[in-house]
Amino acid sequence: MNLLRLLPEVILTLTGVLVMLAEPLLAPGKSRKPLGWFAISGTLYAAVASMCQLHQPVGTAFYGMVQVDAFSVFFHLLICSVVLVTLLSSLDYFEGFATHAGEYFALVLFAATGMMLMTCSVELLMVFIGLEISSIATYIMAGFRKGKGASAESALKYFLLGSFATAFFLYGVALIFGATGSTSFSGIAAGIPNSQTPLLVVASLGMVLVGLGFKVSAAPFHVWTPDVYQGAPSPVVGLMSTAPKAAAFAVLLRVTYMAFPTLQHRWAILIWVLAVLSMFTGNLCALLQRDAKRMLAYSSIAHAGYLLVAFTALRADGIAAACFYSAAYAAMNVGAFVVLTQVAGVEEKLRNLEDFAGLAQQRPVLSAALAFFLLSMIGIPFTAGFFGKFYVFSAALHAGHLWLVILGLLNSGIACYYYLRFLVNIYSPAPASKAEALRGKPVTIATGIALALCVAATLALGIVPGCVLHLAGRAAATSLLAR
Amino acid sequence: MQMNSMILTLILFVPLAGAVVLALLPDRGKTMQWGALAVTLLTLLLTLHLPYWYNYTAGGMQFVSNHQWLAAPAIRYHIGVDGLSMWLIVLTGVLAPLGVLASWKAIDTRSKEFYVLFLVQQTAMLGVFAALDLFLYYGFWELSLVPMTLLIAVFGRTENRRRAAMKYFLYTFLTSALLLVAILWLYSRTGSFDFTVLSQLAAAHQISPSSQALWIASLAFLLAFATKVPVFPLHGWLSDAISEAPTAAAMVLAGKLGLYSILRFSLGIFPAESHRIAPLMIALGAIGVLYGSSIALVQTDLKRLAAYSTLGHLSFCVLGIFSFTIAGLDGGIYQILNHGISGGAILMLMGMLYERYRTYDMRDLGGIAQKMPWMVTLFVITTLSLIGLPMFNGFVGEFLILSGTFPAHERWTAAATLGVILGAAYMLWMVQRVFYGNLGPKPKALASGIVLPDLGVREQMSLWPMAALMLLMGIASPFWMRAIDLSGTVLAGKPAAAAAPRVVVLSSATFAAPDADTMKGGK
Repeated sequence: MNLLRLLPEVILTLTGVLVMLAEPLLAPGKSRKPLGWFAISGTLYAAVASMCQLHQPVGTAFYGMVQVDAFSVFFHLLICSVVLVTLLSSLDYFEGFATHAGEYFALVLFAATGMMLMTCSVELLMVFIGLEISSIATYIMAGFRKGKGASAESALKYFLLGSFATAFFLYGVALIFGATGSTSFSGIAAGIPNSQTPLLVVASLGMVLVGLGFKVSAAPFHVWTPDVYQGAPSPVVGLMSTAPKAAAFAVLLRVTYMAFPTLQHRWAILIWVLAVLSMFTGNLCALLQRDAKRMLAYSSIAHAGYLLVAFTALRADGIAAACFYSAAYAAMNVGAFVVLTQVAGVEEKLRNLEDFAGLAQQRPVLSAALAFFLLSMIGIPFTAGFFGKFYVFSAALHAGHLWLVILGLLNSGIACYYYLRFLVNIYSPAPASKAEALRGKPVTIATGIALALCVAATLALGIVPGCVLHLAGRAAATSLLAR
Repeated sequence: MQMNSMILTLILFVPLAGAVVLALLPDRGKTMQWGALAVTLLTLLLTLHLPYWYNYTAGGMQFVSNHQWLAAPAIRYHIGVDGLSMWLIVLTGVLAPLGVLASWKAIDTRSKEFYVLFLVQQTAMLGVFAALDLFLYYGFWELSLVPMTLLIAVFGRTENRRRAAMKYFLYTFLTSALLLVAILWLYSRTGSFDFTVLSQLAAAHQISPSSQALWIASLAFLLAFATKVPVFPLHGWLSDAISEAPTAAAMVLAGKLGLYSILRFSLGIFPAESHRIAPLMIALGAIGVLYGSSIALVQTDLKRLAAYSTLGHLSFCVLGIFSFTIAGLDGGIYQILNHGISGGAILMLMGMLYERYRTYDMRDLGGIAQKMPWMVTLFVITTLSLIGLPMFNGFVGEFLILSGTFPAHERWTAAATLGVILGAAYMLWMVQRVFYGNLGPKPKALASGIVLPDLGVREQMSLWPMAALMLLMGIASPFWMRAIDLSGTVLAGKPAAAAAPRVVVLSSATFAAPDADTMKGGK
């Protein structure tokens, strides 16, 4: 029973280890694609295993460290889908460039394992372990464009700042253990009312929020985001701007609602402030960016802000909205990075927004897909982004946060400016000299599948969101509010 | 009966399906043009089903299709038309093939993108007119922004096009954000997005006990709609957008979406609040008429002149709508149609001039009448329709508006009537400067010795239907009025339930025929 509850993680770990072992057995010059396909199949199995968990009764495993419920399954599936698309789009990315492409696939799988552990753990130490597994794998992946200064810089910055934030998180864990004598969520919740040192509890709440705020890149803990995104390989950015964020959000939801329910009046204000700061910082700074990846980095900060808006609703529909928004954001953002991966290649030829001029003439299908994802990020109706925003803001309004909703929608107005600027750039004519740079590699089957999946998901979440919405509603109901 | 419930869905999605097909076809020769023409003509045929089968004695919403889309939140796919939206849908259907004909040669590069966007725009506009679920409506409303912005940004005339497109987008998107807040608030109060449910609740004063909250929500609605019209102080985007936009886009840029939304949603869901703000809107309408006409008077650029004359004409509609009399409302709705046709025709004609002379600057033009007799004939017909000469459609609309507004708002109406005179002045002066007098200095862009042809067959084919409609709508106005009057009467009666009737209700039937030209001696 214990093992069944961790089956998806076990599958991913095993696949990762096998990929690791197989890598040195292949001749140095040989293509690493088979390893990639193997990793993809492992991810698929993990997704199926998660799906099966949905029919199990809610329960804990490993001495109460892990709880499997609709909530964890929702995020498991989300993470698996993101990883799947990332693997598909990076199959050809490193072809003929990196010498250790096999390791890359293993690292992606390990990162996914860590993230999935985060979403199902109900114990702070377990959260920490998951966090570290996923972070260390992502630090390495950020530096995978070997020999490029920017990539190394990105990895180092991410590592230093990330460790710093993790230390905060761990310190918070230590403090709360001191105050309540427990590190499990239910133990903390039970211990807080009897705690002799309420100040310690508040301090630890703050520390944990700082640590998680860093992971979701909420302002003012966002400074690492643009630099890291700019230097890291595009498929990795697509992964780390969505999956670890979703996992960290899941942890944030669990920690706040399950471990600190009595301190709601305190963390609700903190999250309100984080939400407003993130939306404004993200959108206003994105206006000033010339580099496409930096712009998307700031946009991801802003989207973290929208997600936090759903948080403040403090109700089941707020949690459901947050879950739904993570999925919607994942679909469109990963999609955008799949296109960037394809058109810019491992050399990252296209950086500035102006470099994208004329893309529509050279690569009409890819441009149309990118335009579609950008429109979804703006929140144009019949796309995932619109429904996501709609749920988030209606949940917040339902809870009475009128000003937050007005600020949020104002922000989505600001945001359209830079998304549109990008979009218009793609569709403007290019100087003839640039045509060659835009032509690039032809789209392979794997990338084609990845792109089709993202487009289909973005469209489906915008037009027939019923299924995902139902799952999100179940996730909200089973895991958090039942207590 | 099966056809009747399917017809609107068909109308909505034929252009979208056409857009998908065009996107997949190779862009060779005139494939895109022919494809777009076929799709738009098919849509036009389908829209004609509506007035033919509409039950005029029953009135109300017809051709309704109402299905659940999502259970929670309660979103429905609910569409239908009444006398108000029916002719607007037909108008959209009529303008589309003409827009394709007008762009036939003007758009010679990247025609695939152009026609795909054009057809998506078509679906969005039709959706706005047909949607009866606020969520669905908002979806189409926002969707209509995107293709238009791209059409301006990519196919604009000068280097200024991106700025114009951004300006248009930001103006309308920011105010639409407030509209979304208001819609969400309505939903959180009532648990429904359905327009019919909401309007019934509004009539029974059951939306919210707080009159202040209702007032603010109604302002959010009106602000978004007024920006899209545009109403006087919110017109900042208009002249840039119109002067940049390609002809086919400029034809559908302003007016009908915003005015329809005011009529349907502001008046339908917030009857008492609309009544409360009416004096301000009347004043803004009258100021808009005067302001637009005076600025148009000093323009040297044809497109900018068209933009400010658009502002003037749309302000007339605002005036009529907020008079809350049957005559005023009927006239306002009629004038929306008129503006769509005559305003569209003048933009098409200006576009054809531009194709020949490569300039919109009136100082470079002159004496064209000798060279292009057909062009000048059609131009003058359109001008006469725009300045509201009796026998033309403009007269019916303007007359109904002024006569409906006058009893309650004498001073503002008198001021707006002055705008009619100004309107005649700038239009006729423009015709004189462009077509008569000496030949203008030849624009530098043109090589010497080039022969400038008169209107070709394609151009004549796109303009004569417009000219015929202008005349027909002037002479046989009861044909259109039959459906419009049904809605106008309902709308005029609506606020009466919430507030006392303010003015003597005039029957429109007496004014529908253009036989009272003596009353317009001021022209």
